Amino acid sequence: MLKLERTIAYIVLIFMTCLSLFPFIILIVNSTRLHSDISKGFSILPSKYFLQNWINLFSDKNIPILRALWNSVLISTLTASLSVYFSAVTAYGIHMYSFKGKEVAFRFIMLVMMVPPQVSALGFLRLIMKMNLLDNFIPLIIPTIAAPIVFFFILQYMKSSLPFEIVEAARIDGSGEIRTFNTIVLPILKPAIAVQAIFGFVGSWNNYFMPALIINSKGNKTIPILIAQLRSADYMKFDLGKVYMLIFIAIVPLMIVYLLLSKYIIRGITMGSVKG
Amino acid sequence: MRKKKFISYSKWGYLFLAPFFIIYTIFALIPLLSTFYNSFFENYRVGLTQVGPTFIGLDNYKEILTNAGVPKYAMNTLIMWLLGFVPQIVVSLLLSVWFASSALKIKGQSFFKTVIYLPNLIMAAAFSMLFFTLFSDAGPINSILTSAGLINEPIRYLSMTNTSRGLIALMNFLMWYGNTTILLMAGILGIDESLFEAARMDGATSGQIFSKIIIPLLIPILVFVMITSLIGGIQMFDVPQILTKGDGLPNRTTMTLIMYLNKHLFSRNFGLAGAVSVMIFLITAVLSFIVYNFSMKSYYADK
Repeated sequence: MLKLERTIAYIVLIFMTCLSLFPFIILIVNSTRLHSDISKGFSILPSKYFLQNWINLFSDKNIPILRALWNSVLISTLTASLSVYFSAVTAYGIHMYSFKGKEVAFRFIMLVMMVPPQVSALGFLRLIMKMNLLDNFIPLIIPTIAAPIVFFFILQYMKSSLPFEIVEAARIDGSGEIRTFNTIVLPILKPAIAVQAIFGFVGSWNNYFMPALIINSKGNKTIPILIAQLRSADYMKFDLGKVYMLIFIAIVPLMIVYLLLSKYIIRGITMGSVKG
Repeated sequence: MRKKKFISYSKWGYLFLAPFFIIYTIFALIPLLSTFYNSFFENYRVGLTQVGPTFIGLDNYKEILTNAGVPKYAMNTLIMWLLGFVPQIVVSLLLSVWFASSALKIKGQSFFKTVIYLPNLIMAAAFSMLFFTLFSDAGPINSILTSAGLINEPIRYLSMTNTSRGLIALMNFLMWYGNTTILLMAGILGIDESLFEAARMDGATSGQIFSKIIIPLLIPILVFVMITSLIGGIQMFDVPQILTKGDGLPNRTTMTLIMYLNKHLFSRNFGLAGAVSVMIFLITAVLSFIVYNFSMKSYYADK
């Protein structure tokens, strides 16, 4: 009986593995094939035109891929750093100090955690227009200082692994509050911070909704905007080799990083989740 | 001279909380209130002429609920969410039970977990563009099906309601089932192992253990997963937007609420965009209230 169940389990697992990997395999194979071959049909074997497609994509003036890569890296790095740092700051404020209104502040953050960002997009867009920050990276970066979900995750971790005694000891040794936070508390939080930094980076790298509303000049486009632009252009006229190469560049680096770090990432997902 | 025995640290609490509250107020709270406020004004642009802003009360709401078809888009969103969520919860439950089972001892677990979570990290825009190329009329899927002799002529997936909704649901399923599996597995691993052992001693089958022990004890997490997934479903945007070029092909049957909101934001049609936002807010608020109670309960239970 158990044997049968195990066999079924493996069959389902292998099927799901194939289903999950299939799109990526076709993507990688097709990024090595020429447009003429791709349009003729499907192949499971890679061809030898990877470099050719790469060169074609990077030399296309209508797809500023290098600028877009740089913009995406810049925005994602800054977003991830600011959101984890200031979420740790906020969590520390709630965790370490007792003051009037603390309970209200905590409940407020928990409450706004559930408000989808798209709901305030209209007001946000109008504010950005008034501040003259359209087509600027600032509105994509600065608001991530207030990241309720990251805050909640780091707070959960803090409760389990930041003893008050360490902070007390630092105080007795004459360390100031901010210095204690930066030099003693942050290193203790490293595992939680690393996981959230990865999620922050990925989230921002993949973000399409807000950047598409704010960014309009060619030089400021991010990778998802380039992809969307490719979709809305006349698709039939496109070199498919280039299309697959662009998608390749958009997701394969992230896949590689993920495969290297997957152990920590998967542990991280469950670290802050609710317990029954 | 020392008046106070202890140094008061409370001002540090305020200082540490200040960045969050200042940034949140400026970039999220005020915009939220301004969105509500704007929903009562006629305010749009036709070509270069600006109409409004003029106060028109609830007219924008009347417009979106009757003529503009918000109920239809809400229905589309719900259907596509369900099409993706139902298989997702079934597959995730199965996989998580198998992963967590100490009797089954699945080998290569970390490989499988790595693979099933992978699609979740992938850029939805790229994923959806990839699906578009795969399922286009002359794409690989049609070429596989034709050469296998299953179909005679290419299927035009994006021209039919069922297939285009199905494709969006399939992507949502692939992107989220790994995440759900890992959450559920964490929940199952939290169940006291001795319960399973006792049941097995009494001769319970896997099916009985699943339905009599795992499911009842997992219900809080299942509800949590369902509601957070529903809130995520309401925000469905990137996948259908890129797949259908923002048009909700065919005939707006894959248009979601956020796609519709995006359309108005893009054309600077602020009055209607405001009303749509408020509707989305209200739907999410009801669902969030349930999740909020859940997470608060678990937060204080942890303490």
